[in-house]
Amino acid sequence: MTATTTAPDRDPTAETISAVLSREVRPPRPGALSASLAFGWRAMLKIKHVPSQLFDITAFPIMITLMFTYLFGGALAGSTREYLQFLLPGIMVMSVVMTSMYTGMSVNIDISKGVFDRFRTLPIWRPAPMVGYILGDMFRYTAGALVILAVGLILGFRPDGGALGVLAGIALLVAFSFALSWLWTMLGLLVRTERSVMGISMLVLFPATFLSNILVDPKTMPGWLQVFVDLNLIAHLVAAVRGLMSGDAVVDELLWTAVCGGVLIAVFGTLTMRLYNRK
Amino acid sequence: MVSAAMTAEGTRSMSEAGDSLAIETSGLVKSFGGTRAVDGIDLTVPAGTVYGVLGPNGAGKTTTVRMLATLLRPDGGQARVFGHDVVREADAVRSRVSLTGQYASVDEDLTGMENLVLLSRLLGYRKPAARERAVTLLEAFGLTEAADRQVKNYSGGMRRRLDIAASILNTPDLLFLDEPTTGLDPRSRNQVWDIVRAVVAHGTTVLLTTQYLEEADRLAERIAVIDRGKVIAEGTPGELKSSVGAGSVHVRLRDRWQREQARQVLARVLGTEVQLDADPVALTARIMDGDSRDRASAQASRALAELDEAGITVDDFSLGQPSLDEVFLALTGHPAEERDENEQEVAE
Ligand SMILES: Nc1ncnc2c1ncn2[C@@H]1O[C@H](COP(=O)(O)OP(=O)(O)O)[C@@H](O)[C@H]1O
Ligand SMILES: [Mg+2]
Repeated sequence: MTATTTAPDRDPTAETISAVLSREVRPPRPGALSASLAFGWRAMLKIKHVPSQLFDITAFPIMITLMFTYLFGGALAGSTREYLQFLLPGIMVMSVVMTSMYTGMSVNIDISKGVFDRFRTLPIWRPAPMVGYILGDMFRYTAGALVILAVGLILGFRPDGGALGVLAGIALLVAFSFALSWLWTMLGLLVRTERSVMGISMLVLFPATFLSNILVDPKTMPGWLQVFVDLNLIAHLVAAVRGLMSGDAVVDELLWTAVCGGVLIAVFGTLTMRLYNRK
Repeated sequence: MVSAAMTAEGTRSMSEAGDSLAIETSGLVKSFGGTRAVDGIDLTVPAGTVYGVLGPNGAGKTTTVRMLATLLRPDGGQARVFGHDVVREADAVRSRVSLTGQYASVDEDLTGMENLVLLSRLLGYRKPAARERAVTLLEAFGLTEAADRQVKNYSGGMRRRLDIAASILNTPDLLFLDEPTTGLDPRSRNQVWDIVRAVVAHGTTVLLTTQYLEEADRLAERIAVIDRGKVIAEGTPGELKSSVGAGSVHVRLRDRWQREQARQVLARVLGTEVQLDADPVALTARIMDGDSRDRASAQASRALAELDEAGITVDDFSLGQPSLDEVFLALTGHPAEERDENEQEVAE
């Protein structure tokens, strides 16, 4: 054992310990909201201490926005500027949905450490730690979306829906990602290693984002693929976000997205909590 | 503030007056795959005491503690903590216990301060009070200087102290300490022992698991020795020791060349095998047949007289109880786990 640090403080003694014990008053247990917010605060502290996480959520979106705009812009839409009006909302969805899998990874990393045991022995609202992860991630989603918006505006993205439409689009995207995160918390609890969480997430997210209306209009696809795109939740989300940002009424897509989000929370939220309690 | 504190204290100790048992388990079982990690454990832990669960690595200590702390669901049997069933009334149990796990149960990425503030908030302290509580605890545990450093940069002893500080933040009625001193240097280990004594003096029940016989002997009022998922002995340290034999005679001589002669004298008088210690002037002999303390001291006196008669100069002569190492060997037929080599090197 190497003592890397020496504390010049006074060593704990029976007196110092008794003093902190005897003054103790047990406050009433916190409500569901304040417990969840405390865990959300923890997630923010983690971002503060491990800022490399922020690199992932900013560098990746910037890269794919630039890449796809210039790679496909000329070929698919005649001009990069024109393509950007179509691509940007989709790319925003793609990268935010992609970053949502970090939720599962942070859950999984925590389980392998003892701190998770401490949380599970606290007399708090049971889903609070899970909601906390997701609250922290919603910050990342919002940050990621805003970064892409900024890059888009620089490159010439001029949405017809105006500021309000764009904000509504981002809000919908963040809300849907909250719902989707429950799939990842479940996965994080279910799978043994962080690596396999990532592998499985990719296996779901790659087809879900690429086989969609994000990069190209599905009308150019073969019929069987159009059927898949039609069933793809992400495609409906993209249509809804795109509609909000371009100022078109897309009530049916909005409804679809809302219903899917609700179902995701109901199903995977329940499964997450069942696994969390059983672990 | 002060009067509020006193009222809360008063109510709390009243509500506890009825709970004379902190833990009561019967036939507790937990299997992982084919192996029975815990194989029918019965424990009765009186409130307000330190109870030691002693056993070698893999005996089932952690699994038992995790079931009692509501982290694992038992496969069979029953467990009650202050009268509450750990499965059906898990929430009631959680509000009265806290756990310092075998591996750090604090967040390594966060600072010591952030860890304690987070936990205070989760235990219902409002923002300013949470910070105040964290500051107080860090000071009491000698961690003020390290308060704003990430826990991953703490030494083992500091981490353990923070972990225990987190566990007593809310002054639990029952504290689980799973191998709290494994891997610590002697100085940190002594600090943990002092903390345990202070906590139990305050009225908190402590269930402590350990592989160290000396630790259980020093801290615990009662000990359950477990091996391969079963309780193989239970009692006070003294009871466990006397079940093995009356005690041992330890002799130190002035001259090492007299040791062989002394060995023969002791073997004749006590009628047991005499062990030559690593120290070239020391010998140890177990007194086997004396089941009472009086017989043992009579025999010891006779041995001392005979050594004197044989002209052997004795510097030190003592009759001690057998060590728990001997107890373990006698009970299980195999020795308890060896201590970490590192730890024996560190001299105090
Ligand atoms: N999660 C687990 N999965 C499989 N086996 C386990 C698990 N936890 C413990 N065990 C096994 O159960 C036995 C008891 O383990 P444990 O309770 O950790 O013992 P101790 O804490 O006394 O060292 C060991 O054989 C260990 O390998
Ligand atoms: Mg263990």
